[in-house]
Order: sequence, then C-alpha cells, then structure tokens
Amino acid sequence: MLQARKATFEVAGKRLVDEADLEISPGRVVSIVGPNGAGKSTLLKLLSGEIHPTDGAILLEGRDLRDVAAGELARRRAVVSQSTVLSFPFTVLEVALLGASVPGFGMRDEAMVGLTVDAIETVGLKGFEERIYTELSGGERQRVHIARALCQLEAPVRPQGEAAALLLDEPTASLDFSHQSIVLGEARRQARLGRAVLVILHDLNLAAAYADEIVLMHRGKVMARGPAHEVLLDELLSEVYGCPVRTNTVPADGIPFVLPYIGA
Amino acid sequence: MSVESAERVRTLPMTERARLVPRFLAASAVILLAAALLSLSVGPTGITLTSLPRALDAAWFGADDAATARERLVLLDIRLPRTLIGMFVGAALAVAGAMMQGLFRNPLADPGLIGVSAGAALAAVATIVLGNTVLAPFIEPFGIYALPIAAFLGGAVSTTILVSIAGRHGQLAIGTLLLAGIALGALAGALTGLLAFGSDDRELRDLTLWSMGSLGGASWPKVFAVIPFGLLVLVVAPKLIRALNGFLLGEAQAFHLGVNVEKTKRLAILATAASVGAAVAVAGVIGFVGIVVPHVVRIIAGPDHRVVLPGSALLGATLVLMADVFARIVVRPAELPIGIVMAAIGAPVFLHLVLKRGVGGFG
Repeated sequence: MLQARKATFEVAGKRLVDEADLEISPGRVVSIVGPNGAGKSTLLKLLSGEIHPTDGAILLEGRDLRDVAAGELARRRAVVSQSTVLSFPFTVLEVALLGASVPGFGMRDEAMVGLTVDAIETVGLKGFEERIYTELSGGERQRVHIARALCQLEAPVRPQGEAAALLLDEPTASLDFSHQSIVLGEARRQARLGRAVLVILHDLNLAAAYADEIVLMHRGKVMARGPAHEVLLDELLSEVYGCPVRTNTVPADGIPFVLPYIGA
Repeated sequence: MSVESAERVRTLPMTERARLVPRFLAASAVILLAAALLSLSVGPTGITLTSLPRALDAAWFGADDAATARERLVLLDIRLPRTLIGMFVGAALAVAGAMMQGLFRNPLADPGLIGVSAGAALAAVATIVLGNTVLAPFIEPFGIYALPIAAFLGGAVSTTILVSIAGRHGQLAIGTLLLAGIALGALAGALTGLLAFGSDDRELRDLTLWSMGSLGGASWPKVFAVIPFGLLVLVVAPKLIRALNGFLLGEAQAFHLGVNVEKTKRLAILATAASVGAAVAVAGVIGFVGIVVPHVVRIIAGPDHRVVLPGSALLGATLVLMADVFARIVVRPAELPIGIVMAAIGAPVFLHLVLKRGVGGFG
C-alpha cells in the first residue's frame, strides 16, 4: 500500500536514508529496528509525507506521495511521532479529539466524542478524559497521541476497500511492560482490521514478538528484511550494533529473542 | 516554553467548558453592547444617549434648531464612528494576537513581535516628520488620509519583506520568521528614532502622541476605510480555526492531521498584517491588547480556537472601548492617549492574573 522505492534523504551531503526499499501492506505489522541514528525516524517521516525524498520515491498505491493532498493523506495514514510538545493546556479528550476532527471529516460532535472516548479506553487511559495533557507523565502523553491516531483512522468514512496505514515512531519508548503489550497488541488488532502498520522499535524482542516483518536499518541503509528468524541473526546483529549479540528462541512458541553477549 | 509552568495551570474540564462557552460568548457580546452604548454616551459636551432619538430625527429630517444639530454632530458624526473604530481596533488587535500565538505556538507572540506594528509606525512617523518637506509631493494629494494610508502600507511592506526572508525555500520557517521579525522591528524602531531625533518640537509632539495611540481622529471615512480589512479577517479567521488547533501540536502533527500548513501560515500572516496595519493606521500604536485579551479568554474558556478567536474579538473590542471611555473622562476636557490608559489598566490586571492563576496557555 505504502512503499519506499530506493528512497534517499540527504542533508548537507550526509545520507540519512540511503536507497531504502520498504513496503507496508494491509493486515501486516512491519517493524523497523536498528541502532541510534540508523535513519529509522527519517524513513518514517518520508513515508508519512512530512519530508520528501531527495532521490527515489515514496508511493501510495502507485501514486507519488507529493501528488497526494494533505487532506487525503490524513485520511490514509495516521502518525504518532516520537515527541510532541503541547504548549497550551488542552484536556486529554481534546487532544485525542483533534484526531477525529481532521479538516473535512465532518463528523457530528457526539459521534466524535464517543469514538474518542473509546480510543482513550483502548490505550488504557479510561478516566483520564478531563485531565490536562501537560500534567501527564511521558508514558501517558504517548498513549494520548496513540489514541489520537486511532481516532484519525476510525473517524473518516472510507470508500469500500480503501486501506489506511498507522505509522508509530517508538510508541513503547516510555511505557512500562504492561502498557507496551497494550499498545503493541492494539497495533496487531489494527492490522487484523486491515490497516497497514509500521512501528519503529528499539526492543528487538518486542519486534520479534509482534511484527510480521522486521526491517533492520544501519547507517541509512536497509540491511535486512524478513520474518524475525531471518533477520535476527547473531552475526548480522553483532555487526550492526557493534557489540556481541546472542539470539535464542522462546522454547514454548519458537519466537526468537536477543540478548547482548556478556561472555562466559 | 517549559512544561513546568504549564503544569500549574488549572482550567475547567472540557464538558464544563463546553457548557460554559456559549454563555461566555453571549455574556461577552452583551458586555460589548453595554460598552458601546457607554462610549456613545460619554464625552466632554455632556450630551448623553437620551439625545439619540432627537439626533437620529435630525439626521433624517434635518435639524430645526442649533442644539439638536449639535447633538446630531456629537452623537452621529463624532462618537458613533469613534465607537465603531474602537471596536474594530480592539477586535483586530486581539484576534491578530490570538492567531500569532497559535501560529508560533508561543503564548508571548504578538503582532508587535514580528515587526508589523513597527513597520506601520515607521511609515506614519516618516509621514509626520517628512510630510512638510521631502515627502510633501507624495503626501499632499492624500490630505488627512496620508497618515493612515502610510501606516497601512508600512505594515504591508514589512510583512512582505518578512515573508520573503522566511519563505526563501518555498516554506515559511516559523523560527526564521520570528527572528527576522524581531530584527526588522528593531531596524524600524531605530529609523523611527532617527526621524524623531531630526524633528522639530511640533512634529515631536505629534508623533509622540500618535505613538501613544488615540481614537480621537475617528470619522466616517476612516470607518469605511477599515471595513474591508475587518471583513477580510472575518472571512479568513473561521477558516483557520481547525488548522490553528492542529498547529498547537506542532507543524508536523498539524500536517499529519491534514492541515495545509503553508496555506495556514500565509493566511494567518496576511490577516494579521491587514488587521494590524489598518488598526495602527486609524488609531496609532496601542499595545497590550494582542497579548492580554487572548490569555484572559484562554483562562476562562480553554485554548480551543473555536472560542479563543471569537472570544478575543468580543473582549478586545470591549477592552479598547472601555479604555477609550476612561481616556475621555479622566482629564476632561482634555483626553489621555489610549495607549497610556491601556497599559495603566491592563498591566496590573495581567500581573494579577499571572500571579493568581498561572497564565492560561503559558507552556
């Protein structure tokens, strides 16, 4: 559905993303992993249309993303960025409502509020509706933005068969164990609903557990793409992360897990 | 802006706000109406609103005696245009302030900050000081309208320069816009100072008074002159409401939500230049309205632009009218410049709000 084709983004002679190929499609969760500065967030910004590639292309169902108007784009994909600073005291409900009130969606107010309250409950923030956003903890704020993105996907009336994408930049960064699984479980549920989900993760084990496909990035390049057991390999990871790494599998279900190798 | 200061802010829950908002707007409209009637009623001649029926009668059917003719003149040709201009100036400055704060995501932003007022002021001062000498051939044909026209052009030119500096790469960089605006404002201020330095006593008095702001020169032609600008803002501002709400999350997030970011920035800048240029043109420099009014609205009704924009317009108009009424009566029969009144009344009120409640919207 949404595709990066040899997408390159260069700033001041430095290639932050270097001929990256990637595709996300409805019903699947793709996770981008890689060390700090690998170009993960830049690639996500390219896919969201926030920045345009200096070379190569980003395609939405074959159309160049530059030719898609902001309004249509808002209907086709929702984005949760790494950090959002809000300088005015909106309530949680109001921030999440912004997702449902995208220009041109034209939904009735009660419907919007109902939808938004559901989304807030989904991310585990029931009862927080009237709290002031700026008074929340980092993890709570992050979940408010995920609720906002869910509203953005849920609110518009779509033509039959029109797919939408959910792009998440490190949604679990400041979350505790249980909220990580709430958020990533919701990402999987969105995939089951037919969304194309892209999620940047630092935790390789979460990526292995929740993603259908893992994209490993290093210095702007896509080093490997595929299911967890094809990407999470000792040698590859040790080279990319620059430290010895050991891969193993969870005995019960065969999902790979990764730990740094501390030696015998 | 740090998050810490925002954490002290207490605003009402949204459901309560939603209930409050229509009442708040209705109450503001009623207060504005009362202020307008008061403004029509107060002045050094002692003529009050009770004379209005006679004055209207005289306007339509001709005056049959000198006293009625005088009432007509005072009420309909002096106080009414003055009241209308005051409402326009207050609403324009407050809405422009609210839009700038939303656009820059900075509660301290103000039209004064990006140099629009300074550009308008420079052009006006140049007209006062050089109007009898160097610029005389250009200025004389416009007669008494030379000053307002110059002020408006000054505001428009400084906005154009600003947008061309900050928009070099096809996108308006908000940070560059702010910094360039501050620099342009300082430059305009320096040139204004230079002109003041080279002016004679009478010119100096003229420009000092003008720079303190006054609604004293209001007339029907001025009312007609500001109508197009008032309409422009009325048309543009509602289109910006959702976009500005999205902007509060940041430019990138606004784009993610489907806001046409570039168009929003350009429309908001255009509306600000038009309204502030026109306001400075007819009333001189009146500070304070653009910062204090949107804050008061946010403290009462929350940061949603569906309330902040219309609320600021109503409250801004009321504030300027009340300050003008005060300016007219406090040193009767002379008048205080409204800028002085505004600062003297507004600054303590503002400080009180800051100390008592934190500032709605400081983040």
